[in-house]
Amino acid sequence: MTTLTDPQTDSFRLSQLIYDTRYRSMTIQVVALIGFVAMTAWLVSNTITNLELLGKDFDYGFLSVRSGYDINQRLVEYSSDSTHLSATVVGLLNTLLVAFMGCILATIVGVTAGVLRLSNNWLTAKLMAVYIESFRNIPVLLWIIAFFAVLTEGTPAPRAFKGESPTSSMMFNDSVAVTNRGTYVPSPTWGDGSSILVIVFLLSLAGIWFFGRYSKQRQEATGDILPNGWIKLAIFLVPTVIVFFLLGRPVGLEYPALKGFNFSGGLHIRNSLLALWLALSLYTGSFIAENVRAGILAISKGQTEAAYALGIRPSKTMNLVVLPQALRVIIPPLISQYLNLTKNSSLAIAVGYMDLRATLGGITLNQTGRELECMLLMMGIYLTISLLISGSMNIYNNSVKLKER
Amino acid sequence: MSNVSYVRDEMLPEREPPMSERGVVKWVRANLLSGWVNSVLTVLAIYVIYSILSHILPWFMNSIWQGSSLSECREIRDTVNNGEASACFAVISERWNQLIFGFYPKHLYLRPVLAFLLLFIALAPVLFDHLPRKLFVFTAVYPFLMVWLIWGGSIWPLVMVMAGFGVAYIAYRALSQVSALTGIIAAFVAPVIWWLLLSSWVAGAFHSVLPIAIESVESKELGGFTISVVIGLSGIALSLPLGIVLALGRQSDMPLVKYMCVGFIEFIRGVPLITLLFTALLLLNYFLPKGTNFDVVIRVIIMVTLFSAAYMAETIRGGLAALPRGQYEAADSLGLDYWQAQRLIIMPQALKISIPSIVGIFIGLFKDTTLVIFIGISEMLGFVNLIRSNTAWNGIYWELFIFVGLVFWVCCFSMSRYSQWLERKLQTDHR
Repeated sequence: MTTLTDPQTDSFRLSQLIYDTRYRSMTIQVVALIGFVAMTAWLVSNTITNLELLGKDFDYGFLSVRSGYDINQRLVEYSSDSTHLSATVVGLLNTLLVAFMGCILATIVGVTAGVLRLSNNWLTAKLMAVYIESFRNIPVLLWIIAFFAVLTEGTPAPRAFKGESPTSSMMFNDSVAVTNRGTYVPSPTWGDGSSILVIVFLLSLAGIWFFGRYSKQRQEATGDILPNGWIKLAIFLVPTVIVFFLLGRPVGLEYPALKGFNFSGGLHIRNSLLALWLALSLYTGSFIAENVRAGILAISKGQTEAAYALGIRPSKTMNLVVLPQALRVIIPPLISQYLNLTKNSSLAIAVGYMDLRATLGGITLNQTGRELECMLLMMGIYLTISLLISGSMNIYNNSVKLKER
Repeated sequence: MSNVSYVRDEMLPEREPPMSERGVVKWVRANLLSGWVNSVLTVLAIYVIYSILSHILPWFMNSIWQGSSLSECREIRDTVNNGEASACFAVISERWNQLIFGFYPKHLYLRPVLAFLLLFIALAPVLFDHLPRKLFVFTAVYPFLMVWLIWGGSIWPLVMVMAGFGVAYIAYRALSQVSALTGIIAAFVAPVIWWLLLSSWVAGAFHSVLPIAIESVESKELGGFTISVVIGLSGIALSLPLGIVLALGRQSDMPLVKYMCVGFIEFIRGVPLITLLFTALLLLNYFLPKGTNFDVVIRVIIMVTLFSAAYMAETIRGGLAALPRGQYEAADSLGLDYWQAQRLIIMPQALKISIPSIVGIFIGLFKDTTLVIFIGISEMLGFVNLIRSNTAWNGIYWELFIFVGLVFWVCCFSMSRYSQWLERKLQTDHR
């Protein structure tokens, strides 16, 4: 005897594919897959036909061909005889350089502004609010172009520094010259024994890390807190300074000096890099400031009050109670700000800074006429950088995240 | 009974608090001088404000609004202002039309202005919910009206595009009698057939009978602030629905749909917008059949929409994740199906949670419209560069940047203020 509640066993009807929730998701997915594959196939076949019509092929061989153009800003050896591949690498390094410097400065600016916006000082808080709101609400491209215009047109030419009564003078005791051709700063010169100094310096950095671990373990075991900041500062400075003088000052500074109509010596930071760096940092800094503020505000006042009730001093409360919790809120948006900064560095096109887009996606693309290959490679590189940054920051985020059980 | 009282039997009048505890003095002590760190900060802040204002204020007070070149401005400065630093806003008044309208034909300026004013009427029912709901009819028509006013030409193609939605509705009503599924499929297929095969012919027929047309304007004549608003608005209007769909796809139980959405979102979020714009400019003729060529502004709008939709999807996903599990279960237990649950229970709450970030993305999108100068569309910054390379105005920069910055600042800041207001208004939890 069958009852109504017995499941139907063998009667599969075609309409079940749509009306039965057990099969419907399968149907939708198959339809979506077919649509996706058809779309891809359509695009690929279009591309193949179009390439044939244009008489082009899909080939990355051009990367090993002589590039034939110069790059004024470079971190590694490069000349116009180098290949397009090395031009790409130079561009990539330039992108990473400005992204790295930008992230550091943006973090410093952002944390400072975010903390100061919460300060008891009314005037400072308002000043920071003005900074944050004005940078957040104006396109970063405008800032980049504006900084570049001010640096190239608002600063004196090198010859203004010349003569008996120069109209401009160098800053910081004749060591920094801000001109319309770029900023000249002293550069280090590496004498004999400087490698030892560098090793000592790196060792002291490692020492700081080990000390940090030790001090944390000690604190967890005994509850005692060492004066971490001062000890770390001492480890940072003392060995390096001692070795520096023991070896007879192996590292010196080369100051920029006016020769003829231009400065020579020292480190020449081009206006394009400087404008891009400052604009990106200040722009991203205003976003980071808001994240920092939100993170600190997210920690309930009860935490601070509890810490005070336990007799913990205000500065220790900040370091031991508020900040560790606030960091968990701050870090995820901070990661996306770093990513945004890295991607925004492609706006270097506005000031002629030779980043990845300017070399691979700019001159190489125009010279070889291989739009498809260049664009795909460039997108691939940006995608890799983004995924690497977000991946590594996510690992860090997971390590500080509240471990819920 | 002695009348000697040991206890005072009337209240003493309240005395004023001491000088240091009231009024301005107290405020200054509490907010500016409470401790030496605070005092140092105050002094520093005053110094910063002074050094900024002492440069800007006289420069701004002396500003010159009339003139046709920088040298003329300098002449006025030297004769009238005794050579003191003066802002030369004459460049704004002289190039105002270019900065706002680009190369739009001068005798047609009324059209973009009208489109801009009507925008506020169209936006009003979206922004403020106490206005009559019938205004939404105008909001629905507005996109077509805006396209017609700005690009001009015959009105019939646009009417036919609108009619496509009517065709979809009729097809759905007619065929949903057969079965619900047929109705839905018909609602998608019928308008596509209409747009691809019939609409141009019908539009032509209507145009020959009743030619309603205004002078048409080409995309390359658009520019300045107008193009920023056009691209920004279209991107905002289109990216929100697309973002919602992507977010739902990413949260979906169906692995294939989910991974397609994840792949799309991560790809878009991983590359700079500028590479996508270059793709639209350089690679689209590789990817599409030969001979396909469509307007560069439409290409840009598509790319900007895709770009912010990916960010939107991530934001809305955050909102969906923040909803308590109980809301989903409540919807299920009420017997709502997936779309009903999304429409009535999940989305209203998830969108409410993510309002600040959604508006943040809108603001970002509007700011990103400046990037179109790299693919040859002159928006405001493009004209700034153009003006600065002109011999008459060579050497001017602050005034132009301040003007453009101010325009963007006003738009973006009012958006963020509106979102804060909306957030407060929609707040239903008890704090």
